[in-house]
Amino acid sequence: MPRSPQGVPRVPLYRDPKLRAVAYQVVLCAALGLLAWAAVRNAADNLAHAKITSGFGFWNVTAGFDISQTLIEYSAQSSTFGRAFWVGLTNTLLVAGLGIIFATLLGTAIGIARLSKNFLVERLASGYVELIRNVPVLLQLLFWYNAVLKALPDFANGFVLPGGVLLNNRGLYMPRPLGVDGWHVVAVLAAAALLGYAFNKLAGRSAGVWRSSAARFPITLLIVIGAPVVALLAMGAPLEFDYPQAGRFNVRGGVEVLPELVALLFGLVIYTAAFIAEVVRAGLMSVSRGQAEAAEALGLRRMQILRLIVIPQAMRVIIPPLTNQYLNLTKNSSLAVAIGYPDLVQIFTGTVLNITGQAIEVVVITMAVYLSFSLITSLVMNAYNARVALVER
Amino acid sequence: MTAIDAPIAALPPATAGMPAYVRTASAPSLAPPLLSVGWLGWARANLFGSALSTVLTVLIVVLLVLVVPPVIDFLLVDATWSGSDREACLASAARPEVGACWAFIGDRFAYIIYGSYPIPARWRVDLFFALLAFGTAWLLWLEAPRRGLGAIYFFAVLPVATFVLLHGAPAIGLPVVDTALWGGMLVTIVVAAVGIVVSLPIGIVLALGRRSQMPAIRLLSTLFIEIVRGVPLITVLFMASVMLPLFLPETWSPDKLVRALVGVALFSSAYMAEVVRAGLQSMPRGQYDAAHALGLGYWQTLRYIILPQALKVTIPNIVNSYIALFKDTTLVFFVGIFDFLKTIEVARADPKWSTPVTSATGYIFAALVYFVFCYAMSRYAARIERRLAVSDRR
Repeated sequence: MPRSPQGVPRVPLYRDPKLRAVAYQVVLCAALGLLAWAAVRNAADNLAHAKITSGFGFWNVTAGFDISQTLIEYSAQSSTFGRAFWVGLTNTLLVAGLGIIFATLLGTAIGIARLSKNFLVERLASGYVELIRNVPVLLQLLFWYNAVLKALPDFANGFVLPGGVLLNNRGLYMPRPLGVDGWHVVAVLAAAALLGYAFNKLAGRSAGVWRSSAARFPITLLIVIGAPVVALLAMGAPLEFDYPQAGRFNVRGGVEVLPELVALLFGLVIYTAAFIAEVVRAGLMSVSRGQAEAAEALGLRRMQILRLIVIPQAMRVIIPPLTNQYLNLTKNSSLAVAIGYPDLVQIFTGTVLNITGQAIEVVVITMAVYLSFSLITSLVMNAYNARVALVER
Repeated sequence: MTAIDAPIAALPPATAGMPAYVRTASAPSLAPPLLSVGWLGWARANLFGSALSTVLTVLIVVLLVLVVPPVIDFLLVDATWSGSDREACLASAARPEVGACWAFIGDRFAYIIYGSYPIPARWRVDLFFALLAFGTAWLLWLEAPRRGLGAIYFFAVLPVATFVLLHGAPAIGLPVVDTALWGGMLVTIVVAAVGIVVSLPIGIVLALGRRSQMPAIRLLSTLFIEIVRGVPLITVLFMASVMLPLFLPETWSPDKLVRALVGVALFSSAYMAEVVRAGLQSMPRGQYDAAHALGLGYWQTLRYIILPQALKVTIPNIVNSYIALFKDTTLVFFVGIFDFLKTIEVARADPKWSTPVTSATGYIFAALVYFVFCYAMSRYAARIERRLAVSDRR
C-alpha cells in the first residue's frame, strides 16, 4: 500500500469521501438528465405523431362548453379556455373556503366532545371519528350525492326547511335578499371583521379601562356583528327577500345551490372534521393539567381558564396540523370530478384536456395551482411558527 | 377493612383512667352512600355530572332512540336477503317498508370480488389471496418464527408469484389474462399491495436522500417529496395516465393498470419518505457517533444501527400511512380502473337491480368492507404502539 510522507497509509482515491460524494452526485444528475432528455424526445415524437402542437396557445381559444356554476362571468360562446380555468379555480376556492369554515366548527365541537366527562358524549364522538376516518372520502362523497341527495323527493314534493329554504333532488334553494349583490355582502363582512380586529389590537395597547379582556371581547363582538347591521339599515332596510317557489317545471327565484356542491360540502366537511377533531383533542391534551389548576387557584372561572390559559397554549400545537388538514380538504375537493361539481380539476383536467388534448400543459398548470396553495400555506405557517415558538430561557 | 381495623384493635384494652365515652373498639364501617358506588355512582359521575351533562345525556338518548331502531330495521329487519332481480327489493302492498337489498350484493358478489376475470381462471386469484394472507400474517405476527424469511417472501417472492399467477405465464401453462379484465377487490388489493411493497424501500431511499450531506441529492429528494405531497393524488394519477405514455417510446405504451400503479407508487413513496424521515430524526446523535467510533461506514451504520431502531419506532406511523394508501386506492376509479368501489358503482347502475335502495345498499356494503380493513390496521398500529411504550419503560 502506498504511504504518504508521514508514514500513514494513504487512502486510495476511490475511498475518499469527498471525491465519492462528487462522483455520486454527478452520476445521479447525469442519469436524471439522460432520462429527461429521452422523455422530452419521446414526447416531441409522440406529439408530432398525434398532430398536437404543444404550447399555451389554447389559453385564448374560445371554450365552447357550458359550466353549471360560474361565480365570475362566463359564457360558452364568447369565453376562452383561460376564462374556464378561472371559473374552475373560483369554484374550487368557494368549496374549499366554505368547507374549511364548517369543518373547523364541526371538528372543534367533536374534538371537545371527545374530552367530555360525559360517557355518552365521549363515546358518540369517538365512534364518529373512528367510523368516518376509516371509510374513503370518495365513497362518502358518492354516498351523499347518489344515495342521499339524488334520492330526495323531486322539487314538487321536496322539503321546506324553516326560513323558506327548499331542499329537493335539484339542490338547495335559499331566499335571496333583493337589491344586494353577493360581493357587497362579502365586502361588508370583511370590513366588519377588519374593524373588529383593529379595535381589539388598539384596545389591547391602550392603558385605559378598555384593556381588560372582559371589556374588549364583548365590544369586539358587537362591532363584528353590529357593523353589518348598521350597513344594512343604511342601505334602506327593511330588507325584502326573493323566496324560492316550487313551480310546475322547476323552482323559481332564490339562490340555487347545486346538489353537487351540497354533496361535496357534506362529504368534505364530515370527513375533514373527524381529522380536525383529533388535532383539537391532541392540542387541548398537550396543555398540562397544572396550568388549569394554577389558573383555578388564582380564582379564574372555567370559561376564563379556557379562553386565557388553555386555548392560547393549545393553539401553538393545534395550528400547524390544522393548516395541514385545510390543505388536505382543498386537495380532496378535486374529488368533485366523481359527482360532477365544476371545480378546477373537473373543468380543466377533465373537459379542457379532453377537448384540446394538451395533456402536459393542462396537468402541469393544475399541479402548479395546488402546489402554490401548499407553498403559500407553508410560508405563512413558517412565519406563524417563528412568532409563537416558545422562547427558551 | 381489616387493614384499617387492625391497629385500633391492637391497642391495649381501656384502662381505668380513660373516660367512659372514649371508644375502645372501632365502630362498624358504614356502607358507602348508595349514589357514589356501583352503577348508580357511575351514572352520576359519567352521565349526570352537571346540568349541561344531564341535558346532553337526555338529548343523546332521545337521538339514539330515534335513529338506532330505523337503522336496524333498514339493515336487518326489513332487508331482502334473497332474490334474483329487482322485483325482490321493490316495495309492494304486502311489503310497504323495504330495507337494504342484500340480495343484490349476493347476486353481484363474484363481480365485486373478481371483476371480469375469466371464471375458469379465478382459482388463480383465490391462490393469490391465500398467498398474500399467509405473507401478511407472517409479517404482522411479531412472535412468528423466521420473520426475516417472511420479509424476503413478502417483498421478493410474492411480487413475482403474483405476476405469474394473475397475469399468467404461457410457458408453464397459465394463459395470459389481460389487465383490462381485472377488477373488484382483486384490483384494490393489487393496487394497495404494490403501493405497500414499493413505497417502503423508495420512501427509505428518499428519506435518506433528504437527510444527505450531498446538496444535489438532498435538493432532488426534497423537490420530489414536496411536489408530490403538494398536489392531489388525482392529478398524479392523471399525470401517470396521460403524460407517462407521451414520455415513453410509442411502442412501449404501458397498460392502464401499470400507469395507475406507477402513480400510486410515486404518491405513496413521497408520503412514506416523510414518515421514515421522522423516524430517522428521532434517533439521537449518539447512535451515529457510537457507530462511527466503532468504525462502521455509512451503509453499515444504517443497516445495523439506525434503520432497525428507526423503523421499529415508526411502525405505527407506517401502518397509518398504509391505511391512508388503502383508502386512496379508490381514486384509481378516475383513470378507468375497475377497483372495488368502481365495481360497486357499475353494479348499482345495472338496470336489473335498479331499485330505490340499491345505491344505499351498495355504498353501505363498500363502507363496511373498507371500515373492516382500515379499522383492523389501526387497531394493529395502536397495539404495536403500546408494545413499544412498554419496552421503552425498562
